[in-house]
Amino acid sequence: MIEFQVTVMVEGGLHARPAALLVNRAAQSQSKITLNKGDKQADGRSILGIMTLGVAQGDHLTVQIEGSDEEHVAWAIQQMFHASS
Amino acid sequence: MLTGIPVSHGISIAPAVRLTHTTPTAQKPVVASVDVARELVLFDQSVEQTREQLDQLREQTNLQLGPEKAAILSAHLAFLEDPAFVGEMKSLIESQSIDAAAAVEQVADQFISLFESMDDDYMRERADDIRDVSRRLVRNLSGEDSSVYYPEEPFILVAWDITPSETLQLPIQNVRGIVTAKGGATSHAAILARSLGIPAVMGVGEQLMAEVDSGGLLILDGATGELYNQPDRDTLSRYQEKAALEAAERQAYEAMRDLPAETVDGHRVQLVANMAVPEEADTLVESGIEGIGLFRSEFLFMDRSSLPDEEEQFQAYKRVASAFGDKPVIIRTLDVGGDKHLPALALAQEDNPFLGFRAIRISLARPALFRVQLRALLRASAFGQLLIMFPMISHLEQLRESKAMLEQAKSELREEGISFDENITVGMMMEIPGACLQADAFAKEVQFFSIGTNDLVQYTLAVDRMNGEIADLYSYYHPAVLRLISNVIEASHRAGIWTGLCGEMAGDPLATKLLLGLGLDEFSGAASVMPKVKERIRSTTLEQAKQLAAHALTLSTVEDVVRFLKDETE
Repeated sequence: MIEFQVTVMVEGGLHARPAALLVNRAAQSQSKITLNKGDKQADGRSILGIMTLGVAQGDHLTVQIEGSDEEHVAWAIQQMFHASS
Repeated sequence: MLTGIPVSHGISIAPAVRLTHTTPTAQKPVVASVDVARELVLFDQSVEQTREQLDQLREQTNLQLGPEKAAILSAHLAFLEDPAFVGEMKSLIESQSIDAAAAVEQVADQFISLFESMDDDYMRERADDIRDVSRRLVRNLSGEDSSVYYPEEPFILVAWDITPSETLQLPIQNVRGIVTAKGGATSHAAILARSLGIPAVMGVGEQLMAEVDSGGLLILDGATGELYNQPDRDTLSRYQEKAALEAAERQAYEAMRDLPAETVDGHRVQLVANMAVPEEADTLVESGIEGIGLFRSEFLFMDRSSLPDEEEQFQAYKRVASAFGDKPVIIRTLDVGGDKHLPALALAQEDNPFLGFRAIRISLARPALFRVQLRALLRASAFGQLLIMFPMISHLEQLRESKAMLEQAKSELREEGISFDENITVGMMMEIPGACLQADAFAKEVQFFSIGTNDLVQYTLAVDRMNGEIADLYSYYHPAVLRLISNVIEASHRAGIWTGLCGEMAGDPLATKLLLGLGLDEFSGAASVMPKVKERIRSTTLEQAKQLAAHALTLSTVEDVVRFLKDETE
């Protein structure tokens, strides 16, 4: 399992559009992706789960990825957060 | 009679058609022996059917209304792929042996209350999207055709509220009016109604659904917010007359559409319109208006938790500038204060917001915010005839500082090699009595003035226009207001610049000759009333108007002024 932290820099936080991007990426992977904000968790495949985390710009998230392609997926998701900053 | 918020003007008389949803609150008794396997199959079918409908609607919306509106439907489609939504519904059917519709409602309710409890406005509004999708699922489950059947004849749509996807599905050619119990001037439906020129009244309240039935005749007055359900003969004939008059006027104005706003003796003025949201641009261009005298940039900042970035602002301004081509579009920089709910700006509540931290005062105190707006405006100026206007200037220093920031933004863009209109015209609002008295000094440093009578009256007479107790004191015919207006126009002409007026007074036909005589160069009001103003201008001479204005300035009460103007126009 890979675990890392990201700071969300997307303007307005993880609203529908950025959440959809993340979900699309998650759907292509073989791994289980979990986003944690404080004590709340969301499945990386669930757009509503991600949206209801209520992630604002500047929030920190812990991302856990577990599965056969975890390294590849971890890299892609980190890129995604950096690219949108 | 019922009343609501007038959202889109015009009179409409047509049968009501109620948009009814399968009421999700009608709880069926939980059947103990549900055939789980069958429910799962039905559920899958309903999801598939919903997906097809949304796909088709998205394609159609993209073609007819553009990708921005279609994105709403993409979000709805994403919910159908969501394990926490659809997956959860399935496992509820299995684990609790409940029927599919009940499972949809249970899961949807959870998300609706989750979204509604969030403190972000954007997220709270997402509850509507969940409602929208779950209604569709339930309708498809019940085998009910989810495409609402609208009559083939003209009708007025009556609804509790209208979801975004329902708005996009309306048979526009037959919709003569829209009335809703909920909602307000900034809802999806309101914006659409305005952009299509359909009369609309919203926020009528619960009585609407209690009193209005499908098939009954309805009168809707989109200018006053009044509704008459199954009107008596007198009311009906009164409104039929009014509607006929409106139609006749429209025709007469149509004939005048391409004629200039020119007096009999050849004095030409500009007739332009006020605009609140960019969606109105296309209808306005078609109406033959000569440009936009006031485009409020506030719409970009309302009802959202984040500030619009430079790109988003640029796109919005560019869209408007290019829609009008070589016709002028005056965009006013942000004009808000503590009286408006603007989560993105986190403004404090104030006891006296109209005398407080607002408009240019905010822009100058938050240069980062102002800079983004100025850069976006400049970039958009390369795509049309764009003018910049600063609101609520009271001190010359504010004007100088604003212009310095504009110059700064210009040199940034120059260095970055981004094109813009080097000679962009800059003006200011004249809405504070102090500035009006000092108009000669300001006139040397701007290229135009625009008098905002709505605020000018409030500040000159110390009358809060929202306070019903003192509403009778509020009048732009007050001699002091007229003197200020006259002073501003004269000062501008001495300095060789022009003056416009963008308050309600500009669209009041009773004031047209007076303003013309005072020397006003540009009239900017609601597009719907401007043809009437044009007719007044075309039926007088500048000399007559000047005499009328000179006499009006000698009168000493509101009553005298109004009586004089009425006598003169009749």
